[in-house]
Amino acid sequence: MQFLEQLINGLSLGSVYALIALGYTMVYGIAKMLNFAHGDIIMVGSYVVFFTFARSGMNPVLSILIAMAVCLILGVLIERVAYKPLRGASSLAVLITAIGVSYLLEQVAQLAWSSNPKTFKSVVTMPPVSIAGGALVISGETIVTVLVCILIMVALMWFVNNTKSGHAMQAVSEDRGAAQLMGINVNATISLTFAIGSALAAVAGALLNSSFATLTPLTGAMPGIKAFTAAVFGGIGSIPGAFVGGILLGIIENLSKAYISTQLSDAIVFLVLIIVLLVKPTGLLGKKINVKV
Amino acid sequence: MKTARASKSKQVSHSYLITFGIVIAFYIIIQIMSGRGVLTSSLEGQLIPMCAYAIMAVSLNLTVGILGELSLGHAGFMSVGAFAGVLVYMNMSSGIPSWCAMFFAILAGALAAGIFGLLVGIPVLRLSGDYLAIVTLAFGEIIKNLLNAMYLGADSSGLHVSFKDAASMHLSANGKVLINGALGITGIRKSSTFTLGIILLIITLAVILNFIHSRAGRAVMSIRDNEIAAQSIGIDATKYKLMAFILSAVFAGIAGVLYALNYSALVATKFNYNTSIQVLVFVVLGGMGNITGSVIAAAVLTVLPEVLRVANNYRMLIYSIVLIAMMIINQGPGMIAWRKRFVAKVKANHSDGKEVE
Repeated sequence: MQFLEQLINGLSLGSVYALIALGYTMVYGIAKMLNFAHGDIIMVGSYVVFFTFARSGMNPVLSILIAMAVCLILGVLIERVAYKPLRGASSLAVLITAIGVSYLLEQVAQLAWSSNPKTFKSVVTMPPVSIAGGALVISGETIVTVLVCILIMVALMWFVNNTKSGHAMQAVSEDRGAAQLMGINVNATISLTFAIGSALAAVAGALLNSSFATLTPLTGAMPGIKAFTAAVFGGIGSIPGAFVGGILLGIIENLSKAYISTQLSDAIVFLVLIIVLLVKPTGLLGKKINVKV
Repeated sequence: MKTARASKSKQVSHSYLITFGIVIAFYIIIQIMSGRGVLTSSLEGQLIPMCAYAIMAVSLNLTVGILGELSLGHAGFMSVGAFAGVLVYMNMSSGIPSWCAMFFAILAGALAAGIFGLLVGIPVLRLSGDYLAIVTLAFGEIIKNLLNAMYLGADSSGLHVSFKDAASMHLSANGKVLINGALGITGIRKSSTFTLGIILLIITLAVILNFIHSRAGRAVMSIRDNEIAAQSIGIDATKYKLMAFILSAVFAGIAGVLYALNYSALVATKFNYNTSIQVLVFVVLGGMGNITGSVIAAAVLTVLPEVLRVANNYRMLIYSIVLIAMMIINQGPGMIAWRKRFVAKVKANHSDGKEVE
């Protein structure tokens, strides 16, 4: 029973990673850049939810919608100001810029809201469900997180495969130059990707902090890096891959916390990343890429 | 051809001299100021970290600027070097003279970091770009986590390691705990000096500048510029990449020893992701590939927060803005094109003016 409980906790954590990883994987697949600041957008979204919901007592759904709007604008703004001028520059330059943006968001948050941890009130009001006569209790947060994650993944896959904008995204991801020649507005498509990814980050932030209740300006950094690990694990650029990778990573982390060592769980997660990258660099569900001269 | 090469090597040694000159002049100025008591104690306390960070920046520049791969886990090597060096120093300092123990400590730090550089480098250098960066970050975190959870003790039957707690090492009564988990190493005799820091910095500069201008260094730069082209003319890319990476790790280890022996306690969390980023900022601000720039940027940016106490809260904020701005201005294709147009315009105006004269 204890194992099952750990597994379910892992599923909950994994769903949060999967939600963040969806944002990472879309941006990486389309803009071909590692958006290091993604984790910090989660943090900003969480603060918006904290102030509107926990402090002002707003309706939780409305509060998350506001957070999504704020993150969406922030994400698009960051893309326009910091990343767009570097389109076509070396990946090293783009990555360093993304690290700079990540630091900027953390520092602004620290100055604006101080580094004191804030106690986050759960946005989920659902009562815990007990199974098998109380031997196994699943929290409402876990159920909502997993359901929301599956819902969003299905919606995203439908969007990418069945709408005009979704097709544009696939085309830009495949070959940016050719897509432009076919009349696709590449800049608008990349902005749209950032908008979707950032809005998802707000949802992920609200759910992350509902399960793990303290909020600081650095809240997003570690989950952000781990979610990237998850995205790579599942095959970066692939939406189902991000989902599978996120869930697996959450379970691995939780099980190693429970059965190996709390302090070494991060090390184990990163070790998994390294092994995956070395054995199967394109991840579990990723496409094989041949480098041409 | 021969004269061209001669003038090139003359130019190279010329730029060497300027770099060494700056470091030595700085040392003399500080010594004079310190002798007259002009330096505040907080500023004096920054001198050794300044040297350590300058060594770190130079060594990271070898990876980022010369090899062209972003390492986000450089603090991990610093950490390994620091722990190895301090352990050796603490267990040697009883019998032999201090400078000798120091020498072996630095050697141990360099060696340990070099071995880790090899272990990390073999898998890491098979990747490139973003993936390489994220894996170095992962390795840095793994090293931090392992050292943070490690308990090391010694007794008459040898060394004992545990990742649980101090008790599970089963030390005998006369045993002592060397690394106490998250508390790290305590009771270090502070022995780093500013003079030692400057000597190590000069050694670092000499080795790395020589490496860059050697055959191996040129091979590394050719791999950076175009790996496939470099391989096609017979350059063993893996070998030269690994060489640069290990050299970079070795000097990070040396910087770690210097840094750690300046404090009485050493904890693994001191060398985290933020430390790696801070050093990266030095490298980027000093100019990627520009060794002298790294030294100056590291020195100025380590001392600046001490001088401008007011700005301390805003330091990382300013860093991040500068980092973004530097990248956009230096690397953005639009900006580069604009700069070229601007220079061409200035030149055209200039030659017009001459014709009028």
